[in-house]
Amino acid sequence: MEAIIPILITALCGYGLIKGVNIFDSFVEGAKEGIATVKFIAPTMIALLVAVGTLRASGALDYVARLVSPFAEAVGFPAELVPMGLLRPVSGSGATALLTGIYEGSGPDSFVGRCASVVAGSTETTFYAVTMYYGAAGIKRIRHTLFSALLADFTAIVVSVVTVGWFMS
Amino acid sequence: MSYVFAAMIAASFLYSLCCGTLGELSTGMMDSAGSAVELLLSISGMLCMWSGFMRIAKDSGLIEKLSRLCAPLLRRLFPDVGEESEAFRYISMNFSANLLGLGNAATPLGISAMRELKKNSPGDAATDSMVNFVLMNTASIQLIPTTVAALRKSYGSQQPFDILLCVWLTSVTALTAGLISSALCRRWQRWRRSSRYSSRRCAATG
Repeated sequence: MEAIIPILITALCGYGLIKGVNIFDSFVEGAKEGIATVKFIAPTMIALLVAVGTLRASGALDYVARLVSPFAEAVGFPAELVPMGLLRPVSGSGATALLTGIYEGSGPDSFVGRCASVVAGSTETTFYAVTMYYGAAGIKRIRHTLFSALLADFTAIVVSVVTVGWFMS
Repeated sequence: MSYVFAAMIAASFLYSLCCGTLGELSTGMMDSAGSAVELLLSISGMLCMWSGFMRIAKDSGLIEKLSRLCAPLLRRLFPDVGEESEAFRYISMNFSANLLGLGNAATPLGISAMRELKKNSPGDAATDSMVNFVLMNTASIQLIPTTVAALRKSYGSQQPFDILLCVWLTSVTALTAGLISSALCRRWQRWRRSSRYSSRRCAATG
């Protein structure tokens, strides 16, 4: 598994050279876009990291986790994933802030940390995408789009726990 | 979003007021602002590295190549969109750009795809193809979850990419669940429409 990334990168550079691409300039150009992305998300991220940090410091987040944990544990589901699952379709930055909270509390290589990582890596900000694409096309009646999209998000959370349980422990 | 933000701040204030943890709250608030910037700085290196490599992929024409590879699969999801049409070209390019994690390239392609799909259908209701296309974009089909890996690395993960297999399985399952539920909804809507039509006809003749 650890060989995938190096192989991919080497193959990519080789392919670019064969295709006659100036790969160094391309990389620099892309890195510039990366910086622009970080700059673009920074204010939102700071706002939400502060909000989540505040929630954590007050102890309210632990309280919510304690409230839902009996139900969650009854079905073998990590309680910390509940707030993240609720926020994920609405706000990408908010979910990232909660994700870092989980990393801080339990560590990125813990079971919860891995589940939360898989959720973050396999879902999108559903409401944003639905609004943007239908807005751009001038569609008002979206029929069952939101239902199916949220069902997919819910599936992702359940399946993340299952796959991490299978493959990582 | 303002309400979510306000609710988070208000909930923490009220909760710590009840528990008498206002001191921790004020230091926690300051600390998290500082660590937010630290976090952003520490992930920005890895994010730039990946956007650099993915830019090489884009400049080598990998989007076009991937979209040709994906065409047979996508044809089944969009049976009413002709394979030679502009709409299909945009759909497959958007799909490939998403696979490579090129969000900046995928979004404009996706918007063009939606506008092309709109040309074929007057009215303000989403067509079946539009629903499937938006579902493809609300599910994450990125091959390499770079942001998550960067975050895990900055929190001291030993192997930031060890979740790769789980991420792939999870996204494929989630997207499949979304598409299947969409197909079922479609069938149900058609069934309801036809049963209403036939009952009206019965009433008219009887």
